[in-house]
Amino acid sequence: MSSYYGQYGVVLAVALAGAGLVAVAFGAARLIAPSRPGIGDKLVTYECGIDPVGEGWSQTQIRYYIYGFLFVIFDVEAIFLFPWATVFEGLGYAAVVEMAIFIGILAVGLLYAWRKGVLRWV
Amino acid sequence: MIAQTSILDGWASSFWLALAVKTAGVLGFFLVVPLVVGYLEHKVLAHMQARLGPMEAGGFHGWAQLVADGVKFVQKEDVVPAAADRIVFSLAPAVALIPYIVVLVVLPLDRNLYALDLDVGIFFVMAVAGIGVIGTLMAGWASANKYSLMGALRAAAQLIAYELPLVLAAAGVVMLAGTLSLVGIVEAQRDLWYVVPLFPLFLVFMVASLAELTRPPFDMPVADSEIIFGALTEYTGLKFAFFLLAEYGGIVVLSGIASVLFLGGYLPLPGLPIPGPLMMMGKIFALSFVVIWLRATYPRLREDQLQRFAWVGLVPLSLVWILGVGFARVAMS
Repeated sequence: MSSYYGQYGVVLAVALAGAGLVAVAFGAARLIAPSRPGIGDKLVTYECGIDPVGEGWSQTQIRYYIYGFLFVIFDVEAIFLFPWATVFEGLGYAAVVEMAIFIGILAVGLLYAWRKGVLRWV
Repeated sequence: MIAQTSILDGWASSFWLALAVKTAGVLGFFLVVPLVVGYLEHKVLAHMQARLGPMEAGGFHGWAQLVADGVKFVQKEDVVPAAADRIVFSLAPAVALIPYIVVLVVLPLDRNLYALDLDVGIFFVMAVAGIGVIGTLMAGWASANKYSLMGALRAAAQLIAYELPLVLAAAGVVMLAGTLSLVGIVEAQRDLWYVVPLFPLFLVFMVASLAELTRPPFDMPVADSEIIFGALTEYTGLKFAFFLLAEYGGIVVLSGIASVLFLGGYLPLPGLPIPGPLMMMGKIFALSFVVIWLRATYPRLREDQLQRFAWVGLVPLSLVWILGVGFARVAMS
């Protein structure tokens, strides 16, 4: 069992090496790059050259939440799909039909969302 | 499925030496190949759009352009806007970059040349590659800039919409191969590359990859005519360069995964005895070239067109195709 998780040691090592790479590069840039903060208006938020209006963390209408719902539903389905995909052949038509019913129910949900018009830009 | 061991394990006598060699190999791969793809983008776009600029530096064919760009990026002042959230702002490039390095761990260059052959390979790839967008979201939020925030939200919405076709296309491949391991998937294509029976899924996968990478024609998150440069508006110098590197790294990773899933990975063309690693690199560069080519060819879609295309077009298409593959597979067994 330990060797099974042990193989993920490479993943961890590469992630750490990547973090190290970024740290070294940023450290080197700190030494090489010029730093003259406060000259002119360069620390002002950039909005195409005019003075920024209001603050950046302003309220924006997010039209994506409905897509978020749909995504969660279908992503859960996709997670079911992978283990099924590796074994369904040995289980025969029954397994395919069951998955077809499962996908069909979700597809009806997508169809409903589509007919309701939520996939259209408001 | 016969358990293979990586050639890297054979070379190195001890576990720690093998670990060091693999880590260095993956990091080296990441530091070289994405830069070559970036170089390719300079040259291909220069030719396709008859641009003379990138053909000047260094004399012959502008070979030094990429070096000049690198030197320029390092010399730029690292400006953090006064209104920004400094820590998140600085961490964002790392969060965008590191997932693509980690994904390379499971990418096989040959039957026995890889850092790790995970039994959940393709699942691991999908899971880790999706983390990168958090870096974009962090960048957009921390910049305290309206346009950055909008760009980041667009990037996230795009990832949400196109992650599904991507995962479903991969699931179709898994159904034929009967394994999640990337080496296993390649070995299952000895008779026939999956691009033939699964051609629609290959197209779906490539389109979804482009959208995940926010490459044209799906580059609304960085649409310069609408929202300046999206989440990257406030970035300068090396941090900006790291975001670009993450983009090229993403091109390499997704081209590599597409080669493994559909184009037989390291398998040579019949009758052409080309070594596996060369074959794999050739396929990665060929697909990367297509990605760059599309940038020079297609105009940008509109944000709502993009969402519709994913939900009404790609998702139903891949669902139907998956079921078709399922029935065909059982009928043939």
